[in-house]
Amino acid sequence: MSFVFHSRSLACLSVLTGLTAFAAPKVEFNRDIRPLLSDNCFACHGPDTQKVKGGLRLDVRDQALKPAKSGKVALVPGRPSESELVRRLLTTDADDLMPPAESHKTLTASQKELLQRWIAEGAEYQGHWAYTPPVRPEIPPGAAAIDYLVRQRLTELGWSPSPEADRRTLIRRLSFDLLGLPPKPEDVRAFELDTAPQAYERLVDRMLASPHYGERMAIGWLDVVRFADTIGYHSDTPRNIWPYRDYVIRAFNSNKPFDQFTREQLAGDLLPQPTLDQKVASAFNRLLLTTEEGGAQEKDYESRYLTDRVRAVGAVWMGQTLGCAQCHDHKFDPLSARDFYSMGAFFADVKEPIIGRREDGAFVPTEAQAVELARHAETVDQLQRTFEGPHPDLEASFQRWVAEQTAAWEQGNRWTNQAPATANSAGGAQLKVRDNRSVLVIGAKPDQDTYSLSFKALPATVVGLRLEVLPDDSLPAKGPGRAGNGNFVLTEVVAWVERTGANPRAVAFASARASWEQTTLVEKNPYGVWSAASVIDGDVKGNSAGWAVLPEVGKPQQLILGLREPLTLAEGETLVVELQQNHGNGSHTLGNFRLATATDPEAIRFPASWPPPKEIAELIRVPADQRDAAHAQKLWAQFREKTPELAPLRQQLADAKKARADFEATVPRCLVTEQNEKPRVVRILPRGNWLIETGDVVAPAVPAFLADQVPLAAGDRRLNRLDLANWLVAPQNPLTARVVMNRMWRQFFGQGVSKVLDDFGAQGEPPRNPALLDWLACEFRDSGWDVKHMVRLIVLSQTYRQTSTASPEQLARDPDNRELARQGRWRVEAELVRDNALSVAGLLVPVVGGPSVKPYQPDGYWENLNFPTRNYDASAGADQYRRGLYVWWQRSYVHPSMLAFDAATREECAAERNRSNIPQQALVLLNDPSYVEAARALAARVLQEGPKDPAERLKWAWRQTLAREPLPVELDTLSALLKKHLTEYGQDPAAAAAYLKVGLWPAPAGLDPAELAAWTDVARTLLNLHEFITRS
Amino acid sequence: MTYESEVRQYRQQQQTRRVFLGRAAQGMGALALGSLLRPDLLSAAAASTDRWTGVVNPTHFPPRAKRVIWLTMAGGPSHLETFDHKPKLAEMHGQPMPESFTQGKQIAQLQGQKLVCYGPQLKFRRFGKTGVELCELFPQIGSVADEICWVRSMTSEAINHDPAHMFMNTGSQIAGRPSMGSWVVYGLGSDAENLPGFVVLTSLGQGGQNQPIAARQWAAGLLPSRFQGVHLRGKGDPVMYLSTPPGVTRERQQNVVQAVNALNAQHDAVVDDPEIATRIAQYEMAFQMQASVPELMDASKEPAHVLDLFGCKPGDGSFASNCLLARRLAERGVRFIQLYHKDWDHHGGVKHGVELKAAEVDRACMALITDLQQRDMLRDTLIVWAGEFGRTPMSQGGDGRDHHNAGFTIWMCGGGVRPGTVFGATDELGYSAVENPVDVHDLHATVLRLLGIEHTRLSLKFQGLDVRLTGIAGKVIQDII
Repeated sequence: MSFVFHSRSLACLSVLTGLTAFAAPKVEFNRDIRPLLSDNCFACHGPDTQKVKGGLRLDVRDQALKPAKSGKVALVPGRPSESELVRRLLTTDADDLMPPAESHKTLTASQKELLQRWIAEGAEYQGHWAYTPPVRPEIPPGAAAIDYLVRQRLTELGWSPSPEADRRTLIRRLSFDLLGLPPKPEDVRAFELDTAPQAYERLVDRMLASPHYGERMAIGWLDVVRFADTIGYHSDTPRNIWPYRDYVIRAFNSNKPFDQFTREQLAGDLLPQPTLDQKVASAFNRLLLTTEEGGAQEKDYESRYLTDRVRAVGAVWMGQTLGCAQCHDHKFDPLSARDFYSMGAFFADVKEPIIGRREDGAFVPTEAQAVELARHAETVDQLQRTFEGPHPDLEASFQRWVAEQTAAWEQGNRWTNQAPATANSAGGAQLKVRDNRSVLVIGAKPDQDTYSLSFKALPATVVGLRLEVLPDDSLPAKGPGRAGNGNFVLTEVVAWVERTGANPRAVAFASARASWEQTTLVEKNPYGVWSAASVIDGDVKGNSAGWAVLPEVGKPQQLILGLREPLTLAEGETLVVELQQNHGNGSHTLGNFRLATATDPEAIRFPASWPPPKEIAELIRVPADQRDAAHAQKLWAQFREKTPELAPLRQQLADAKKARADFEATVPRCLVTEQNEKPRVVRILPRGNWLIETGDVVAPAVPAFLADQVPLAAGDRRLNRLDLANWLVAPQNPLTARVVMNRMWRQFFGQGVSKVLDDFGAQGEPPRNPALLDWLACEFRDSGWDVKHMVRLIVLSQTYRQTSTASPEQLARDPDNRELARQGRWRVEAELVRDNALSVAGLLVPVVGGPSVKPYQPDGYWENLNFPTRNYDASAGADQYRRGLYVWWQRSYVHPSMLAFDAATREECAAERNRSNIPQQALVLLNDPSYVEAARALAARVLQEGPKDPAERLKWAWRQTLAREPLPVELDTLSALLKKHLTEYGQDPAAAAAYLKVGLWPAPAGLDPAELAAWTDVARTLLNLHEFITRS
Repeated sequence: MTYESEVRQYRQQQQTRRVFLGRAAQGMGALALGSLLRPDLLSAAAASTDRWTGVVNPTHFPPRAKRVIWLTMAGGPSHLETFDHKPKLAEMHGQPMPESFTQGKQIAQLQGQKLVCYGPQLKFRRFGKTGVELCELFPQIGSVADEICWVRSMTSEAINHDPAHMFMNTGSQIAGRPSMGSWVVYGLGSDAENLPGFVVLTSLGQGGQNQPIAARQWAAGLLPSRFQGVHLRGKGDPVMYLSTPPGVTRERQQNVVQAVNALNAQHDAVVDDPEIATRIAQYEMAFQMQASVPELMDASKEPAHVLDLFGCKPGDGSFASNCLLARRLAERGVRFIQLYHKDWDHHGGVKHGVELKAAEVDRACMALITDLQQRDMLRDTLIVWAGEFGRTPMSQGGDGRDHHNAGFTIWMCGGGVRPGTVFGATDELGYSAVENPVDVHDLHATVLRLLGIEHTRLSLKFQGLDVRLTGIAGKVIQDII
């Protein structure tokens, strides 16, 4: 539980039973009582109306003062001894005891006394602190508010603040906090020597103007909004999203007011004439985890996405654990399940595939790219208009084409598709006869196969057979064959008639023609072409030649066989057609086909052209008297696509389109929010179960208990995301400014004013210094949500400038530094660990923004990814040396050296990270090629840029990494290592050579390998120091 | 146990560490350096400085199991072709699945399709004294069937791989919750010297149905990073960044680590920062791991009869090799060992698929049980064999089965479970668990109970809630322990 005794309360308790009432300040509900009730009682006697036991609610005073179901009264103000609550706390009867044993909650004796004293004092409630609008505290004129409010607390406690840190510490602290980079030694020196009264202020302003400020500020924001390069679930495939990261950086750098920042992200698409930047901002709504897993159910994931987004708004702006109300009314805070789903309904209009690949997203071109995009569009547009005509010169040609197509269509009509009575494969494949009479082949895939098809009851006097081979999505390259490239080889067609009690009689073919015959790869083909004729040659030239269609795969083709004699089946007779496919070599068998018969000899004559495709056939079949202008246009459209006269224009158009597509592929894209015309229906899901579709349908709404306080006027209009954004940053909203300032406080002091950053509800921690948080919130809001203004106020405060070295006394009385009688010290964030090493090595490429980059990563780290399996290709060149916040964020496998330093996986919104201290961190800094390479680069800098004298060199290296002078004892340790390794690498040149090859960055020529190797170990030592990765 | 008490305990440990390492700060470096040179000294130092002894200390109940080996059969094994015999389903083969079985249930890829019964594709026979019916392709497991407890009424809430693994591992379908291995180590600490308390090994199947597995399956989630599972890899460095850079000998690496620790100690003398002592201990641990992990991974010195028993070539990355490694990890005191064997996702060709899998896992499972038994470790090592879900009694695509969460089979062995037991049953078609249904929370509660932990008392404060592995549910299956 989170109740913490103040020394004041302790003092009071000790005199509670005594006579001296003067020393006991009143018990404060928000600070002292609510946390106790919430953690121990609310689960059964709180806001969850479904779960209230004994008819007693303790979260609302009116209810707690009324008789419960038992008739007894829990709280009798002023009379603890008559209050049932007290009796149940103190009873020795296990059946009556509260909290009950099975809750595993117990109150300490002093907590029980505190509750009694509160009742004795009148059992007064207060509105929950976070739901009460912040009140700007009075600050004496001339005082700096932050320092005044912090010192007011210290004075109460009888403590004093710490002195200001030295200049070297201050500049290093500011550098990490505002830029995320270490200061250069020359900047440290300059600042140490700058005696002007405004030196510190000027330094701060210089840093706030740096482009790296936005990068630094973005890190925390990207965590809390869960920005990552991949979708998260199952296949965890990439998506286009990095431009959003750059938007965030730009927003901080240009000091975009936080209210506008909020509107653009939640509802950039709903702003009037949104700019490209605002559309990119709306990618916020697309940052959640999505899935491409086969068999995932839409309703399931619709519900997951909704809850994910509600949790995000709760975490980012409201500091509310809205997620708890997914299955039931909130246990501790006044949030109902209805509130939860109503909040989710704000996002029901986000256009997105529920299951499957995300779209490529909107183009995010640079200015030059935008010009080029427009030029391409214009070219394509012009050609398209020319192509679409009119073309009066082609009128005659058009009429001819229509006549030909009509004739061909009539020719096609002479065929009747026949479904086989039986269809078998000799090779064990399965032949499935489908409703359209085609036969799809599945299952076993032998190299050679023969299909036997039998037909009964055919029309009389059949003169020809037609074999259509058809594409299908289930086949390789869409078929029609089963070979990897979609091809097949039909080596022979044999047919005969069977009759019970008689010998079969052969059916002979007279002619064979095909829509396309393959002319490539014919070296071993005795016909020199994969011809139709070879399927009725009786295999005189061997059984491996046959009909094949490369490269015209993936589309229908046909083979027409003329019979020598017309065929009529007598009663009881069966025609058997055998399709032999003896080519071998990689399943060159048919995957999808259909047989037809014709009785009209016209059918097997040479047609002027093959039957038109479906889309033309449908136009041709329209009787002349039903054709209109629209019909003519459609015919013309088909004609334009086919006629040789327009081939050059078609080619030009295709080239222009390809050029455009090629160019477009180089333009960054980003998922953005677009609105569905009709929002998805949102229902309350009982117990969060998406299978139950009986819950009420809800419209977008903000939580009821806050709606009274912060009105939202929309009239009858359905509320939208812009309304939500405006509501979040409305001046009356008690949460947003506090939540954001509390998170910001952590960046500069190591923890929030309330240490629970993501829960401002009853189970969170009331702020240690409520006046301070209120003042920050009011100032932030009243300044026009000016982020830089707040950062500046904080870092200019004396509180911020204190030394972080704790005296034993400070450590003992306030180990967590909650009262800020000193500054904090902590290991820097994962990104900064990397930036720091690359920076002192001189390798850092300080480019701002762009696609994510891939530092070296151990082979096989992604081996458990699939659909598809992936290789990790480390970035080459400059991208290898970019800042940590640009590292490729693979949600299911975050880069291992970032992960070791507690980088968030960004699967869920995270308001803060752990600051762990684990052996993996040592392994990274000692052995990760990125750090070994950085050590070598730093060593090379020492040898090239540093002084000549070895001792001076060590000092130089020390200043580069730690921005201070080494102590003699420190120098001794390093110098011993250097000496030893100089000798060793001198004697082991092979080892030195191997060592110097780690990483892509080449060691400068002309350096002695043994010397460089030994210095690399010195540099590696420095880069591994606790002080090096600590902000103090 | 709450977060506050965890913090209290952590502080106490820090305090001890400070007293131990910080005594007159300047002496500390010497001790750390000395311990680097003398491994025995080091393990003493590391043991007393950084050993996490758990928040459930002492345990709530006398523990029956000291460690867990969890064999995750990833992809979702068909219970109908392994351990749950359904003759009635064979009779119904080809007939429509009665709607009474499927109504209101989740369906994955078969959504909107005609549901047709698909009879068991493999033969079953009886094994052991108990005469339990198992697929005849598992004769080795069958030979130790009397040691095993079969749960044929397992259920899950999730029906797609990723959420179902998450649910089985963390008790939640929301990413970011601690995995069970992390919970167990958080609760109990680990006896392993210079090895992580929670280790993960993965192996691929030969059928190629290798569904992806995310690292979140063994992540510490809300718990501190020190509790995360460490994936020991078959190829390359078993632990990320374990090898020293090329050209840097172990001695030279030691010189660097010594220098780092000495300088850190010298700095601590100035700033008096408790984190520095931890940092020094972690560098010692890391340096030790650089030797201990390769030693662990090298099973080639195992005696021939052991290698024969497992039927594997050490280092071949097979499931059998990983079972052997699991035993080596168990011997070294690792608390939670999780193996993933992939390729159980038989949407098509379930018969051939299970034939392949049986060949890969049958002998290895028997060998693991037998080897532990021979070392008298089976009684306090709990083995769990489980997929993330089972497969439909209906056919998919003519010869496969779809994902299925309404009823499937897992088994447990050793660690205090009742041997030779069959618990629960599915209906006559193998669709729903109808007798003694067990959900994932119950399974977790039972495993924790065997480890001596009352599952409702292992919790962590997060966003105001007492987050537990078992959520707000879970009941111990008394009948099998």
